[in-house]
Amino acid sequence: MRALFADKMRVSFVGLGSLLILFVAWPLLRTITASGPAVLWRTLLDEEVRRSIGLTFYASLIATAIAFVCGVPLAYLLARADFPGKRLIEGIIDVPIVVPHSAAGIALLMGFGRHTPLGKAFGLVGLKFVSAAPGIVIAMLFVSLSFLVNAAREGFEAVDPRLERVARTLGASPWRAFWRVSFPLAWRSILSGMILMWARGLSEFGAVVILAYHPMVAPVLLYERFESFGLNYARPIATLMILICLATFVALRLIAGRGEKRA
Amino acid sequence: MKGRGSVEIRYLWVDLEEFRLCDINLDITDGEYFIVLGPTGAGKTVLLETIAGLHQPRKGRILLAGEDVTHAPPERRGTGFVYQDYALFPHLSVAGNIAFGLRLRRMGRGVIEERVTAIGRLLGIEHLLRHVPGTLSGGEAQRVALARALVVEPRLLLLDEPLSALDPETREALQRELGRIHQELGTTTIHVTHDFEEAVALGDRIAVLKEERLGDSRREGRIVQVGTPEEIFRRPANEFVARFVGVRNIFRGEALSEESGYKLVSLDPSAGSGHRGVEIVAVTELEGPVHASIRPEEVVLSREPLRSSARNAFRGQIVSISDRGTVAYVTVRIPPDFICMITRRSLEEMNLREGMWVHIAFKASAVHVF
Repeated sequence: MRALFADKMRVSFVGLGSLLILFVAWPLLRTITASGPAVLWRTLLDEEVRRSIGLTFYASLIATAIAFVCGVPLAYLLARADFPGKRLIEGIIDVPIVVPHSAAGIALLMGFGRHTPLGKAFGLVGLKFVSAAPGIVIAMLFVSLSFLVNAAREGFEAVDPRLERVARTLGASPWRAFWRVSFPLAWRSILSGMILMWARGLSEFGAVVILAYHPMVAPVLLYERFESFGLNYARPIATLMILICLATFVALRLIAGRGEKRA
Repeated sequence: MKGRGSVEIRYLWVDLEEFRLCDINLDITDGEYFIVLGPTGAGKTVLLETIAGLHQPRKGRILLAGEDVTHAPPERRGTGFVYQDYALFPHLSVAGNIAFGLRLRRMGRGVIEERVTAIGRLLGIEHLLRHVPGTLSGGEAQRVALARALVVEPRLLLLDEPLSALDPETREALQRELGRIHQELGTTTIHVTHDFEEAVALGDRIAVLKEERLGDSRREGRIVQVGTPEEIFRRPANEFVARFVGVRNIFRGEALSEESGYKLVSLDPSAGSGHRGVEIVAVTELEGPVHASIRPEEVVLSREPLRSSARNAFRGQIVSISDRGTVAYVTVRIPPDFICMITRRSLEEMNLREGMWVHIAFKASAVHVF
């Protein structure tokens, strides 16, 4: 019963499913093939384009690193401990997925704006969020942390708690049991959560544009070129972004996939 | 001075969400093989995990070698734990699993390798050291789990239904192995099981744990009897123990010479009677001191000598008859005392009375030697 075209039902399901795949693939393909290599090369030589792409990757990486440091412990607690208000915490983790990202940007402005208490406190140590790179980082962090935390939690939930218990009886402190047993076993889930979060951060527009229009990340630059100069000027950047993101995403998936086979 | 592996448990109460242990008191001497026997349920595991330090008791004390460890974390107790389904670390090789506790103790590479190889040899898993847990059979995995627990030389070995997940043949082999290893290393062992024959074969003493359902989906466990295997099945403390242990013929004996595919097993007489026990014929590979059991329904009883193919036929005197409604249990002293189950109807037809001389018979294949 594994065959794709085993019966009429499956044939019609194949037809319906293909519509969706084409819907995604066709515009992407058109965009990629619309700009010739020469145009792409010229775009890549554009200083502003390169800087914005670099900034996008870098900011998303920092956001992912922050979420890793604080989110993995949180994920472990959610997987292992029961406490009053656990549902509430889980809800808060999922909020960024459901609110409009422009609204998330406004919320961040309310929390970290120049004249807010937190904004002033961070200002004292030289960190400012509005129209600055740190603002891009927190915008990306806000809208994509759910991906990492949820993936890591599922990873820890899949680790039999008795493995940790055995490690404890063999002489491991709670810290050592975590680093030697739970973390390595959940690592694949955590890694795939990190990839997902990083990719989600790269593509963020709504929250970033409200908090930090400048310096421009790639999606904002793309939007600006489109607004000011039209489709022909925006398209090569879009093509470039799509190609770079696809390449990185596939590469990371392959690396993670190889780890899986070995395990 | 208490021995290094002695355990004292005093008035222990453990409260978990779904389950609680009430008023547990146990004294286990250094080097003893102690069985906790009870129906399948969470209680026995909770008891073991509490001794290992994985649950905090609500009250009561746990002493290891005279030292109060009630509030010590698991890593300071020096126990070895083996779960029913092995709980091997899937990301480590067999050698890595066994070496886990040694690495935590920051031992040198050479010492670790030496000790891993030595314990591997003791358990007959030397050839598996480079394998990963996913490729092992149940019996192999459980040997690895045992090696991992034993290699750190625990003062107390805790076994949570270690044989229950195995097929019967592997189970029997590993059961003998547990006995041999205990004899060789002398590690104090607490072994939890629901299998009475396993308990009889391995245990110096047995504690019977009873679980009761409370009103609200919660359950609680208490120890209802502690004693040698013989005491438990000859003199059950209450109806629960009697029911759980069941009515059975279990004898100690010695497996002797072979005779055309069969073994002769000379049974010890029942405690108290001055006579020699009979020799029965059985099918087994074992030799030396063994246990033999025959289910009461496998023993045929009649007033006349039986003409059947059964290899075991004896004459004895009825010492008691216990009428249980549709069936009756008749105890016949050969010696030792054999219990036969017959229907109420045959009891009436044969007109059996205490003191009557009768014949019993059972097949060699009905004798389970362990």
